[in-house]
Amino acid sequence: MAAASRNRARDKYSVLLPTYNERENLPLIVWLLVRSFQESGSNFEIIVIDDGSPDGTREVAEQLEKIYGSDKILLRPRAKKLGLGTAYIHGMQHATGNFIIIMDADLSHHPKFIPEFIRKQKEGNFDIVSGTRYKGNGGVYGWDLKRKIISRGANFVTQVLLRPGASDLTGSFRLYRKEVLQKLMEKCVSKGYVFQMEMIVRARQLGYTIGEVPISFVDRVYGESKLGGNEIVSFLKGLLTLFATT
Amino acid sequence: MTKLAQWLCGLALLGTAWATLALDPLGLHLPLPCRQVLWPFPVYLLVAFGCYSLATIGYRLSTFNDCEAAAKELQEQIREARADLSRRGLKF
Ligand SMILES: Nc1nc2c(ncn2[C@@H]2O[C@H](COP(=O)(O)OP(=O)(O)O)[C@@H](O)[C@H]2O)c(=O)[nH]1
Ligand SMILES: [Mg+2]
Repeated sequence: MAAASRNRARDKYSVLLPTYNERENLPLIVWLLVRSFQESGSNFEIIVIDDGSPDGTREVAEQLEKIYGSDKILLRPRAKKLGLGTAYIHGMQHATGNFIIIMDADLSHHPKFIPEFIRKQKEGNFDIVSGTRYKGNGGVYGWDLKRKIISRGANFVTQVLLRPGASDLTGSFRLYRKEVLQKLMEKCVSKGYVFQMEMIVRARQLGYTIGEVPISFVDRVYGESKLGGNEIVSFLKGLLTLFATT
Repeated sequence: MTKLAQWLCGLALLGTAWATLALDPLGLHLPLPCRQVLWPFPVYLLVAFGCYSLATIGYRLSTFNDCEAAAKELQEQIREARADLSRRGLKF
């Protein structure tokens, strides 16, 4: 018991926030994160990885660093848009926590779920805790019927083909043990949604345990999504690649 | 074994079982009515799987939560956050 609580006191959570043109959202997500962590009393840091956003996200991030202190808000910018996958790797290299939380900065992932992630992780001593829109009280807001059908259909096909042992493969709101994330990053090569999918599939292969927490996903209010175009085609390609190779 | 290989194994197994019983190359002499029922078996299976898929997706679609409350709460918190951050000197 004493050992457990001492461990708990040592646990530190590093939140990786990749941003590209999130000037409006960044202060809000940071404010919500800080409040959530202060209420739960966990040790934390927020690492902002901005890829040279032309809208001045970096300048807002610097103001936030001043307000909250450079031990809480760490700015680790890069000169140009180099993609999400490498943004996570870059951020992770600067993380001092033993747990890493990955989430989008666009307010579709709400920090109020983080205490639940932490509780879940401790409850089952999981290597990964994944937020899920497809289970329990989980859900989405701001999606039309077409998007829901595509999402549910794609999820069903994925479940049938890969039997991954987790219900939300394309979501990116997750908590990882740091060494587990490091290992997975080395193994995963895909891009976009498929990258999130591959992380879970590889995690299964490597024998890592996965817990799930239902989340409500509220579609972004400000700014626009950077993924797009032929999403469905690249999703199917990625799915078939994983099907044939894992 | 990859997932693809697992599927191929499963299908091969089912296919062999079906061919042995329905086409009877070994001369087991199953009664003809029995074999007649077995012939379209792959089609039954396909149709059943299709129905199962549609039913599952339809059910999950109809139970997909619309998080109205979460969206409202977020709007409320955005106002709160903006006010607090402005007070602390943030220029949006
Ligand atoms: N640093 C960095 N962040 C990115 C990049 N692309 C997207 N992001 C961020 O990653 C998160 C998810 O992106 P988003 O466009 O909302 O994807 P969607 O939710 O799948 O439509 C947001 O916080 C974006 O600002 C990138 O190339 N570099
Ligand atoms: Mg988004």
